[in-house]
Amino acid sequence: MTSPATARYAERLGDDALVLAQRLIEWTSNAPLIEEELALANTALDYLGRARLCYQYAARLNRAAGRPGHTEDELAYRRDATEFGNALICELPRGDFAFTMARQFLIDAFSVPFLDALSRSSDGELAGIAGKALKESRYHVRRSADWMLRLGDGTQESHARAQRALDALAPYVGELFEMDALERELVASGVAVDRDDVRPPFAATVEAVLGEATLVWTTGPARSGGRRGAHTAHLAPLLAELQSIQRAHAGLTW
Amino acid sequence: MSGPARSIPLATAAYLERAKARAASPDADLFALLDAVVDPEVPVLSLWELGVLCDVRRIGRRVRVSITPTYSGCPAFEAMQEAIGAALAAAGETEVEIETRLRPAWGTDLLAPAALEKLRAHGIAPPTDDVCCPRCGASAPRVVAAHGATACQALLRCASCGEPFAHFKPF
Repeated sequence: MTSPATARYAERLGDDALVLAQRLIEWTSNAPLIEEELALANTALDYLGRARLCYQYAARLNRAAGRPGHTEDELAYRRDATEFGNALICELPRGDFAFTMARQFLIDAFSVPFLDALSRSSDGELAGIAGKALKESRYHVRRSADWMLRLGDGTQESHARAQRALDALAPYVGELFEMDALERELVASGVAVDRDDVRPPFAATVEAVLGEATLVWTTGPARSGGRRGAHTAHLAPLLAELQSIQRAHAGLTW
Repeated sequence: MSGPARSIPLATAAYLERAKARAASPDADLFALLDAVVDPEVPVLSLWELGVLCDVRRIGRRVRVSITPTYSGCPAFEAMQEAIGAALAAAGETEVEIETRLRPAWGTDLLAPAALEKLRAHGIAPPTDDVCCPRCGASAPRVVAAHGATACQALLRCASCGEPFAHFKPF
């Protein structure tokens, strides 16, 4: 027996993955090195795959319950920004390479313990998706942590850019640990991850890596709203591009 | 392209589990049929050797194939499904159902032992921790890029012969 909350939770996980994937693939043909372009595209592909698995599951639950959002395409291409429940950090513009890698590092450092916990969810479908994604994120964090070291402990310019990126990202990290009533209900039934449990391993990774990278991590007041559809001005243009084909030719398939 | 002598690859516990299930299957003919279906990106490996093919069984007039994706977003996954459907259709199977399994999550421990040597002969260093150049056999290559031409590969360069090569990432 799955609640509508589970479908919504799966949609949010899919939204995080889809929006971040879209930001990552913006580097295709724009990356500083061909190797990094491949790496960014490969990482994006992992996130796109994750988004599809989450949406397919949510769509199945929606169909069974007669709720809107019957297919993965409907969820990805036919919803407006206010219906997306991704965390704001995923939608921020890609910025320079330091910003993209700093965001990736923070999200990877969060994702590894988060997915590890989700792989033990009482919901077998979510546990299966998380178990796959966890292996991918463990690989991602090796590269993004490595880049934090190279940028932070690199040249004056790379250090300044990495620090600037971290300072700009800091207000958006708190939202990754927020839980609304919907998630708390799912935590109680063992479906969702208690995000409080993710804080200590996240903090340990961030402190260890940024410390070695000679970068400073400071957290201040958090910005949030993504989960309830209150997004930054950056999401709508991202979706406009992502959804343009389906908006122009609804239902078009390959 | 003859590499240096190597120890016999030992089967992993995960592979032995798969091999046992296959040996116990009443549908050995279907498994054998699908041995002809290869990974479109690394065509020296069959889907069985790659660990993607979990199970195939006949249920009445239907054939149900269970497969697991390598990476969540592996772009070859759809091509694999089409190839499975085509192979079964060519053998006269009209009702084919392909289901995706996510658990246990795919990993390189699911690869058949024979896959390691096939990868090496194909110029791809197999997913072992002691990576050697598939051309000259020298150890301790340099990592050029954590991600290579496909989701399952990284790009390395041999410190001895200087040749760049793909490494099937241990996963």
